[in-house]
Amino acid sequence: MATLIIAEHDNSILKPATLNTVAAAAAIGGDAVLLVAGEGCQAVAGQAAQVAGVNKVLLADNAAYGHQLAENVAPLVAELAKSAGFEYVLAPATTTGKNLLPRVAALLDVGQLSDIVSVESADTFKRPIYAGNAIATVKSLDAIKVITVRGTAFDPVAAEGGSASIEAVTAVHDAGLSRFVGEEVAKSDRPELTAARVIISGGRGMGNGENFALLEKVADKLGAAVGASRAAVDAGFVPNDMQVGQTGKIVAPELYIAVGISGAIQHLAGMKDSKVIVAINKDEEAPIFQVADYGLVADLFDAVPELEASL
Amino acid sequence: MKILVPVKRVIDYNVKVRIKSDGSGVDLNNVKMAINPFDEISVEEAVRLKEAGVATEVVVVSIGSRASQEVLRAALAIGADRAIHLQTDQELEPLAVAKCLQRVVEEERPQLVICGKQAIDDDCNQTGQMLAALLGWPQGTFASGIAPQGDLLSVTREIDGGLETLELKLPAVVTSDLRLNEPRYASLPNIMKAKKKPLDSRPVAELGIDVAPRLNAVNHAAPAARQAGIKVADVAELVEKLRHEARVI
Repeated sequence: MATLIIAEHDNSILKPATLNTVAAAAAIGGDAVLLVAGEGCQAVAGQAAQVAGVNKVLLADNAAYGHQLAENVAPLVAELAKSAGFEYVLAPATTTGKNLLPRVAALLDVGQLSDIVSVESADTFKRPIYAGNAIATVKSLDAIKVITVRGTAFDPVAAEGGSASIEAVTAVHDAGLSRFVGEEVAKSDRPELTAARVIISGGRGMGNGENFALLEKVADKLGAAVGASRAAVDAGFVPNDMQVGQTGKIVAPELYIAVGISGAIQHLAGMKDSKVIVAINKDEEAPIFQVADYGLVADLFDAVPELEASL
Repeated sequence: MKILVPVKRVIDYNVKVRIKSDGSGVDLNNVKMAINPFDEISVEEAVRLKEAGVATEVVVVSIGSRASQEVLRAALAIGADRAIHLQTDQELEPLAVAKCLQRVVEEERPQLVICGKQAIDDDCNQTGQMLAALLGWPQGTFASGIAPQGDLLSVTREIDGGLETLELKLPAVVTSDLRLNEPRYASLPNIMKAKKKPLDSRPVAELGIDVAPRLNAVNHAAPAARQAGIKVADVAELVEKLRHEARVI
């Protein structure tokens, strides 16, 4: 029994989401093989070989895989899965994994399990549906199980301590159907949202983008990441990669502080697995208080600076 | 160009779902249903492309029970020209839906298919990618902006770190993200006009596609409920609780 895991990386650094996915593979059991597909990504393969519990690293280094276009990477993954007899193909449920894996599944003519939160047995998994309001236990009937893994549901394996061999994959698939033009990456010195231990998020109640500076001051003292609700993103206060929720990022930090967020179903779907939730809102009827461990009914413009001062 | 937009009838996004007591699924009896919000955005985008003179015809398609015709009428009221209904009372998985859509694409020969990025009931986020794979077409997932230029399509995608722009060769499949546009409200005259637009209905069984489930839902359960929390009186008490009771700061 062997699992092929698609490594998440930017051609120079292996992304932490990969470590959570390796943990899910460990829960399934059997050999774990990491595929690093990219361009000039030898350094990533080196990091992947260090990951605890990885038996082998496959390195597909070619210009065609440089930006991990699904049209080029999916045939490579499907071919590897078939020729090497992998029973499982796993990827983190990040935008890259969500973009790629269904294409792989269709090429293999198998169904796909999205966003699993637990491994019940070799063919049965749990996954949230209806914005996290129901948990379905699903048994896969396919020979090859193609799965994306919700990172926050699995504790990451150690990034070091492994000693896997690295094997080059020479197959090149260039569909010639798509081309990378450019990207705009939001700059931030704070921890990444999905990996942060503490997150402070603002909603429509923040009033405008400048007021997010209040949250950033608290974030700097706590080493926290700053998030936002969809209302704050839609109002143009902050960029959309800060959005926490069903359609944004799913997070589960130790501490989540929701400021001026009412707590719509879609927002709760993204953060209700946090260990401790704090809500600061002036509306004591706001639904966020139903999930908050500690609620403070107060004007955020008084409470947040006071919070910062007392840290 | 001709644009095909698949739409799904789902539980209204404001409804708090109830799980059936036997764990067989979610109770959909007497629950308000609506067009999947991402599909509404897809229809809006297709109609805007038509209004801009880029698209010549917008065809919407839905797979499901007879009631799916409601969401097709809703899409026609937004501005789609024609609707196709593939009738089945069985709930199809994304792979089966993609195979049915593949057949429709082969018949209709659109240059562009715009799907929603995910349905808010099964939260799968698979159908568009699977359809693109089956057709051998490029995919532009999680699109927040699209611009056709001749036989190419420029797609701006929402990725984890920000935005990415790709150029796809047409024909292509695009899946729409929330920020692609703000769908219009259908006006009463347009809702009335939509009733007269063509809607072709036929059974899924006629397509001769294997739609057998690949997954078997063993059980459905409510997520673990959170313990009721407490309200604190002021910031000092909050910080004190976080330091000494929860020990998270």
